[in-house]
Amino acid sequence: MMNKSDAAAVRARGLTVVRGGRTVLRDLDFSVHTGRVTGLLGPSGCGKSTLMRSVVGTQARVEGTLRVLGRPAGDSALRSRIGYVTQAPSVYDDLTVRQNLDYFAAVLTPGRAAREERREAVARVLDDVALTSHTDVLAGRLSGGQRSRVSLAVALLGTPELLVLDEPTVGLDPVLRRDLWDLFHRLAAERGTTLLVSSHVMDEAERCHHLILMREGGVLAEDTPEELRRSTGSETVEAAFLHLVDAADAREGTTRDGLPAPADAPRKDTR
Amino acid sequence: MSTARTLATAARVLRQLRHDPRSIALMLLVPCVMLFLLRYVFDADPATFDGIGASLLGIFPLITMFLVTSIATLRERTSGTLERLLAMPLGKGDLIAGYALAFGLVATVQSVLATALALWGLGLDVVGSPWLLLLVALLDALLGTALGLFVSAFASSEFQAVQFMPAVIFPQLLLCGLFAPRDTMQPVLEAVSNVLPMSYAVDAMNEVRAYADPTGDFVRDVLVVGGCAVLVLVLGAATLRRRTA
Repeated sequence: MMNKSDAAAVRARGLTVVRGGRTVLRDLDFSVHTGRVTGLLGPSGCGKSTLMRSVVGTQARVEGTLRVLGRPAGDSALRSRIGYVTQAPSVYDDLTVRQNLDYFAAVLTPGRAAREERREAVARVLDDVALTSHTDVLAGRLSGGQRSRVSLAVALLGTPELLVLDEPTVGLDPVLRRDLWDLFHRLAAERGTTLLVSSHVMDEAERCHHLILMREGGVLAEDTPEELRRSTGSETVEAAFLHLVDAADAREGTTRDGLPAPADAPRKDTR
Repeated sequence: MSTARTLATAARVLRQLRHDPRSIALMLLVPCVMLFLLRYVFDADPATFDGIGASLLGIFPLITMFLVTSIATLRERTSGTLERLLAMPLGKGDLIAGYALAFGLVATVQSVLATALALWGLGLDVVGSPWLLLLVALLDALLGTALGLFVSAFASSEFQAVQFMPAVIFPQLLLCGLFAPRDTMQPVLEAVSNVLPMSYAVDAMNEVRAYADPTGDFVRDVLVVGGCAVLVLVLGAATLRRRTA
């Protein structure tokens, strides 16, 4: 099914997004490998969410080449093959956990004939996110972490080939965070799912197969955690990231967009 | 469009509503209480009650469904569930038809209660068939749903959405012929009232009140209200964007 030379689930070339007159993503090149967990890391506001929205196909005014599962991003045939979890949990607060999942399952696999299939899918994802004991609680009554797990469960329905998760572990306690990362790895290993997971917590980077480090709308580096640590001579991915930021700053001089040049900077002046 | 997805959406909307019994009670009871009040406000003048009461049977469903739909779709937009649904294989038509179906059902119950109370409880004098009253009420509900859906695209908070009610509904209420016959208005206002859909809703109700059988004017009024509802629903569908900035 997959072209041998192309093991990338997502491939971007010259990806640029302008939002409200501001260039949020500038000429990005990156790949997300099939069946692997790819971490998208960078400080808040660096464009992670915009990149994910572009991949999922909900971002307007995307320029450049962006291929997802062999099709242009946003292609209608991709809608049932991608699971997407936004940063804020997007579920119906006035429905119970089960009613939420039942509805989204009916949108994905509609019809009376698929009823049994849907029941199994709902039971499976409830188990995946460890919410089996909360099925009849209104989503609005759940804690923040529980609600984001319902949101994740919705994305797991229909066993998508590509899962795009925007900061799925924010606000979760360490045990749940570990369990979720175990789940991500299980999905990749057992179901061959490709995962693109964003985070601004650098210690989660160590748990990814592959990393895309972002800063100010650009890709700073793209590699495995081991290779990033090795090439920068750092102990941790966090140290590697800081090393790369400093190196980029030194290279660019002090003429970064949007920031006033410090007083001692040589100004390429306007006449 | 897929019937199964439309039905699933309608069922989901109704399930959401079921978790909110207070809203259901308000939707169903407020029109009845208003009619009851009106009957005794015009205690000495039953003829006036006949005129206003029949018009109100058409206006209540429009206002209720406008409010309910604009808030519900706005919530759908702000909670991120709309973005999620549009990233799934769900047609925009499925979503809109699902909403229209669910709220249409609520509107039916509301109209049946209000019409029954007015005709048999409060002695509203109507020459035509109660079924025709119900038909007009349902079309009005559909129009309200359509307007609410359309307007929700221009509101960024529930606060703004509620403010659209006086902006969109009140002018129609003033000009629809409820307070003064439309042909006695200042000619400019009469012309404006000729292009507002609520005017036709009220005219249709008055035709049913005055004539035993559906008249040509009644058919025209019903077609205008139904046509407007469909037109606004299509405009509303155009405001649902899969890709947003």
